[in-house]
Amino acid sequence: MATTKRTVDVQLSTTGMDAQGRPQRVPLVVDESGSPVAVDAPPSMDDPDLTGEHMLINMGPQHPATHGVLRLVLELDGETVVRCIPHIGYLHCGFEKIGEYRQYNQIIPWTDREDYLNSPGNNVAFALGAERLFGIEITERCKVLRVMACELSRIISHLVWLGTTSIDIGAFTPFLWAFQQREIVYEMLESWVGARLTTSMTRVGGMAADIPDDFLPKLTAFINTFPNVVDEIDRVITRNGIWVGRTVGLGVMSPEEAVNYGLSGPMVRASGVAFDVRKDFPYLDYETYDFDVPVGTNGDVYDRFLVRMEELRQSTRILAQTLKRLPDGPVNIDDHRTILPPKSKATSDMESMIHHFKQVMEGPRPPIGEAYVAVESPKGEKGYYMVSDGSSKPVRWRIRPPSFVNLSAIPRMVEGHLLSDVIAINASIDIVMGEIDR
Amino acid sequence: MNNGFTPVVAGSALGTSAAAPTTPKNIANRGGAANPSVDALRQAFTGVVHRADVVWGETTVIVDRTRVHDVIEWLHDDASQKYDYLSDVTAVEFRDLEQAVEVVWHLRSLPYRRFLRVKVLLAKGAPMEVPSVWDIYKGADWLERECYDMFGITFVGHPDLRRLLMWEQYKEGFPLRKDFPLRGRFSRSEQLRQALAANPEARYSKEELSIADAFEDLPADMRRRLGTGERTGE
Repeated sequence: MATTKRTVDVQLSTTGMDAQGRPQRVPLVVDESGSPVAVDAPPSMDDPDLTGEHMLINMGPQHPATHGVLRLVLELDGETVVRCIPHIGYLHCGFEKIGEYRQYNQIIPWTDREDYLNSPGNNVAFALGAERLFGIEITERCKVLRVMACELSRIISHLVWLGTTSIDIGAFTPFLWAFQQREIVYEMLESWVGARLTTSMTRVGGMAADIPDDFLPKLTAFINTFPNVVDEIDRVITRNGIWVGRTVGLGVMSPEEAVNYGLSGPMVRASGVAFDVRKDFPYLDYETYDFDVPVGTNGDVYDRFLVRMEELRQSTRILAQTLKRLPDGPVNIDDHRTILPPKSKATSDMESMIHHFKQVMEGPRPPIGEAYVAVESPKGEKGYYMVSDGSSKPVRWRIRPPSFVNLSAIPRMVEGHLLSDVIAINASIDIVMGEIDR
Repeated sequence: MNNGFTPVVAGSALGTSAAAPTTPKNIANRGGAANPSVDALRQAFTGVVHRADVVWGETTVIVDRTRVHDVIEWLHDDASQKYDYLSDVTAVEFRDLEQAVEVVWHLRSLPYRRFLRVKVLLAKGAPMEVPSVWDIYKGADWLERECYDMFGITFVGHPDLRRLLMWEQYKEGFPLRKDFPLRGRFSRSEQLRQALAANPEARYSKEELSIADAFEDLPADMRRRLGTGERTGE
């Protein structure tokens, strides 16, 4: 017998060939002389001692595929999940409690930090809620700028989802491509408000800043190149055998179930329910934009992926329309009882100085009332419910976190699937623990 | 691929002649058109609807505490209402502690594109208990658990009403109540002491430890502590 590695390889692979010459997976068994012998069948797995024995597996809170600090306690029968008990709260910071001790504009930085992949969207959602509570109508330019912010943050969030999910499922390339594009959006946001992740870009009644001069050319360039990248990612994974094999038929939710479980966003749309807050309960004049709501047919992980990919294209479409219609004019409302006057006026005009002082020291006061304003965040229906007792701080600031409600359906989705599928299903929910635990 | 697929479209019950929804503008603080479900509710249930307000264009119905489950079930099942989507369950406590604690359900009817806020007032001294709507909406599971965790409101009929965001051995009370200080009740040193004194099994519920052989594999002292119901080593 030859002793070089090359010869051993040939011998091994020859033994493992089937009649058609395709390689066969054969357990490596050697006889006394050390040469491999073919084994017809793997050892029987029907050993009565092995069946029925359940195992407890603790997935998380430090597991990289749980996207943060989610902990799933899984009861396994072999590799099949029998029961799933999620534990959350490791990132609980009491945002809602802190909000009761802050003026409305001071809460906006906290909204950055809950769903931190969608900070501009959260800022807009909070400002819309507070504006309803104050009874403010914002300017036309502000509306279009906010739509821009929302759609850019939807693109960021879906790109991060795409990247991390593809890593979870075993594809590395889309992660790099997605994060490259995300970097471009972050640079645009940085040039707009000076921050990348924690943007705090809205104020009650307007925006923290108007867009800089070079923003629109950058956005145009992004809109022109971004669809190509989406197509490229599409080509790499949509028909990829591994991707399809690891996502099709997993975590299926029927349309009725999806609605009953309160799922929203791409989760409910993948199940075939055309519910999009932008279309059905519009805000920011979304009804005047021309875009489609993608809907899946099977409600599995693969459909959620397809829905998010299409949403990336639709967001680009909306962004192109905002470019065309962005009007000139003021960004902020002209009522300095709720929004700060320009600094130059505050230092030269007595009335503006008083407004400035009153707002900084006391904060604007809404009338007694309550408002629930929901927007379509990348994760789903994000609602802010605010109750005012007439003081400058809300009595109650409630966040309706979409991924919290989406995640609550995970026991229903993973039970009966394999342990490795838990990763794919969990990734498909698009969870951000900062939002779930708040 | 399922070729006979028809998506469930929100607003389907309105028919094709209905106007597309638009962004609400110039909403009045009080008054305005109330949600038509309020009148239907008043007809279907006599003496259950205490009050109906329209604040900033959103309709609020304040209903009787004992009948709220029936009301929501009717809203969910009735063919002319179809409130099939539960957006949120939460509670509000006011700074004026004499004022009643409110439990709030935000319901959406996707087929009719309606939004309704249902409220129950828990007056001071009244039991902090409301019926659970988990049997109507599965999505209420975590929302009710969170509300219980943060406010101490018991949702009667919930199958698994445990703390959700705080850990199960949390002793400081209910964080979102107004009598709960912002920094918490216990000092940092006390919180640290409790965290260090906690036994490993405190991270698991008894249900989880009962899974298969997990319980038998535990060390003897852990099994003894669990057997006597002692959880935190305090």
